[in-house]
This record gives sequence, C-alpha cells and structure tokens, in this order.
Amino acid sequence: MSHQLRVNPIACSGHGVCAELLPEIIELDPWGYPILRSATVPPALVPHAQRAAATCPTLALILQRAQSRRP
Amino acid sequence: MTVTAPPSLPARSAALPRLLAGLGYQEVLSLTEHERRYGLLWLRGPSGRRRPERLIDIVEAAGLTGRGGAGFPTGRKMRSVAGRGETVVVANGAEGEPASAKDRLLLARLPHLVLDGITLAADAVGATEAYLCVHRQEHDLIDGLAAAVAERRAAGLDPVPIQITGIPGRYVSSEQSSIVQYLNGGPAKPTFSPPRPHESGVRGRPTLVNNVETLAHVALIARHGDRWFRGAGLSSAPGSMLVTVGGAVRWPGVYEIELGTGAGEVIMLAGGPAEDLQALLIGGYFGAWLPVEVAWPLPMTQAGMRAVGGALGAGIVVALPGSSCGLAETARVIRYLADQSAGQCGPCLMGLPALAGAVADLAFQGGRGRTVNAVTALIPLIEGRGACRHPDGATQLARSAMRTFIGDARWHDHRGPCDGVRRAPLVPVPGDEEGDWDWI
Repeated sequence: MSHQLRVNPIACSGHGVCAELLPEIIELDPWGYPILRSATVPPALVPHAQRAAATCPTLALILQRAQSRRP
Repeated sequence: MTVTAPPSLPARSAALPRLLAGLGYQEVLSLTEHERRYGLLWLRGPSGRRRPERLIDIVEAAGLTGRGGAGFPTGRKMRSVAGRGETVVVANGAEGEPASAKDRLLLARLPHLVLDGITLAADAVGATEAYLCVHRQEHDLIDGLAAAVAERRAAGLDPVPIQITGIPGRYVSSEQSSIVQYLNGGPAKPTFSPPRPHESGVRGRPTLVNNVETLAHVALIARHGDRWFRGAGLSSAPGSMLVTVGGAVRWPGVYEIELGTGAGEVIMLAGGPAEDLQALLIGGYFGAWLPVEVAWPLPMTQAGMRAVGGALGAGIVVALPGSSCGLAETARVIRYLADQSAGQCGPCLMGLPALAGAVADLAFQGGRGRTVNAVTALIPLIEGRGACRHPDGATQLARSAMRTFIGDARWHDHRGPCDGVRRAPLVPVPGDEEGDWDWI
C-alpha cells in the first residue's frame, strides 16, 4: 500500500515547515509555497511525511493511503 | 432578381440550425411560440408510464458533452447524481468569459429551451430543487427569466420550481464549486475538492451543475432522440455547438456549427477575415493562440484542439489581424485573470501577478534580452497548483502565446515593443468600472 501526499492550496499559507521536514519530496517556490516533486511517498520516507503532515500549522498537507483496487 | 451570397462563404449545414431555430427578430421567444417552434415537452411518455432515468440513457447514447468548457460527458454526469435521494440541479448561466456571448443569447432570446432542459434534468436525476444562476448585475436578463418562469408556472410546466439566482460577477465565481459554495451561503469562490458537487453539493446533496447550452441540447434530445442528435457533427464528437466569433472578422457574433467544423470555416461563417490574419485565439481565456495556418483546418472538437495544446473551451474564436500584437493582447488578458483570482491559493495569488508582470514587460518594455526567459520560467511554477483551474487557464494562454508569437517575442526582447502594441485592444477585457467585486 503506497502513501500519497497532497496540498490543500486554499488552506496552505506558506509557512514552509513541510519543506524543512521532508526536503526529499517538498521544495518551496519563490513565494514560499510547497511544490511536491512526486505525490507518491517511498516507504522509507513515510514516517517523515507523517510528521510533516501533522506539523503543518494550517493542516494543509494531506497524507493519504492510496486507494487499493476493489476486490 | 436574386441576390446570392459571395462564393467564398461556406454552404450552411443542412442539419442546422437546431438551438437557434427559433431565433426571431430581437425578441424573446414566448412559451407559445417556443412550443410551436420546437414542439411540446413531454415529461411522461405517450403511454403515461414514467421512467425519468430513461432520459439519461438517451443523453448518454447521444454523446452530448458539456458546452461550458470542460467537455465532460453529460449523461455520465447525470448518472453520477441520479438515484441518490433528493438531489439538486444547477444551471450555470453565469458566462464568465468576456469574449463569449452564447449563453446570454440563449437566456435572453430562447429562455424556454434552457428552462425545458432544467426541468428535464431535474426529472431525470430526481431533483427537488432547481436553480438557474446568472450574474446578479444583469438585471434585464434576470427580469426576462423571471417572466419566462412565471409563464411556465401559469401553464403548470415545471414540477420542480426553477429559482433564478443572481451570483457575483467575478470571473472565478462561475466555476461550479464557487456556485455551490455561494448557494450554501458562503463566498462565490472555488473550494478544495473532493468532495465534488456531484458527491456533496448544495446543502450537502448530490448536485448536478450543467452549463445552460448543455441543458438546451438536452431539451432537444428529449424531443428528437439520440440518433437525431448524432445526425450533426462527427461520430466521435456529435451534435452542434454555439460559438462566439470576434476580432477581425466582418460579422462578429454567435453562430451554431456542427462539431468538427474547421476553424477556418467558422471564420468564413462570420463573414471572413476583415483584414489579414496572423493567429486565432480558440477557446477564449482558457484556450490557446494558434498560428492562423495551423488553426484554419483544425476541427472544432475537444480532441482536435487538445492535440495542438489548446482547448475548445466555451467555443470562442477571436481572429487576430497581422497589425495587432499578440503579446500585448495576451498581457492584457493575463493581467485581467490575475486581478480575477480569488486570492485563496498562493501560486495563483502570487504567481499570476508575477506572470502578468513578466508578459507585460515583454510586450510593452522588452529590449533587455531576458524577458522571454522570465515568462517561460514562471509558467511551470504556477501550473496545476491551484484548487481550481483558474491559474492553469492563464498559463496555457501564456504558453501558447510564447509558442505562436515566439518570433515577435524575440524581437520585443531585443528591440522593444513593436508597432502592434499601439493598436486598440481586440480581445475584450472588462475594465474595473464594469466589475462586481464582491464575493458574497
């Protein structure tokens, strides 16, 4: 099961915490808003992604388990 | 004596007009006239048996797609809402694109075609509420629609009452999630999705949002069937559509064409070029500039336009003459789009003004050898990063301008503005004074 990252761009106000905690995936644009290099989070980075999502001051970073295929 | 049309004009399609068949001389088609022209509307089959969802099968078989810009299959959209309890239908008549006039034409002159479509859609998806949304500053239009609704109420036509609702006139306020948020008592700004309106819309109910032209087609499909609908257009893109043709053509206006008609043929329908053309803007502010020789044979379909990095959008075609500057036109439109941002998402709030500034620099200053790169570097920083597609419309337009006018762009970049920037603006961009700047 893979994990996917999304940013709610309305909620995001560009604190930049996520880029500090997850530089492997997130970089900041010239205005300080996050750019995701890839939406899929490699298993090794999942704990860091969880911490980044939980620490976001506006809860704009969303980590979801990718939906598995229906049986 | 007979007067014949100039030989250069294309022959009118035998299948058309359809939507515009009842267009009279500058007047609203009354309910009586409407029924005489288009036929009576039957919500019950002749046998009296009711199976409203049957219409969804027919719309799906007809291959109708949304005419508001996104081009999503209408039958599939209706099916995603139908049978899920008490649902809501919203007709979107808040034509946001300043270069488009077709929705307004339908609502002002042929309102019963749209109202028929709303009633049919409401019946098919089991709606208990139906809204027709238009810009609230259009008082005459609202009065006319209210009169048409009253005519129908007297005739007992609409089982679900149609509520005419004025919404704020901002560009992004006609985006479907904006309308839903506004009807729920919030600001007319786009929302983060999911949930999408068909999942949770007005008051949390599954909500069908359709463009008014789409619903007018539904009104005709219900009368004549899917095979009739497919009698115009291509098998892959059936039916007819309304286009708004502007810029350097002899007879600007709204025309009904079969899908798949060549873009050049559309220009000829509008009387042909008024002067030598260099490019066409197809799809309006959410579309793309194409060199005239590339655009001319292209079929007016979603697929045809996507294949060249454009979009059919709401069917806008603007002809740009050789004496105009495409970069100056683009700069004005992008400045307008930047001003129209809801300001909710950082990349749109910060990125669009930066892009507008960079394109304006290239168009009106130039001469420093680095303005082209400034524009192309900004585009990927903005694209796909908003909650709605507003920033993507601006970047697609900018990208197409940098492709189509790249020769001009290099010239501007090295030497400064060309003579074309002094020509009066061709692509309509509303001034601040016309705006309705409130969100609620």
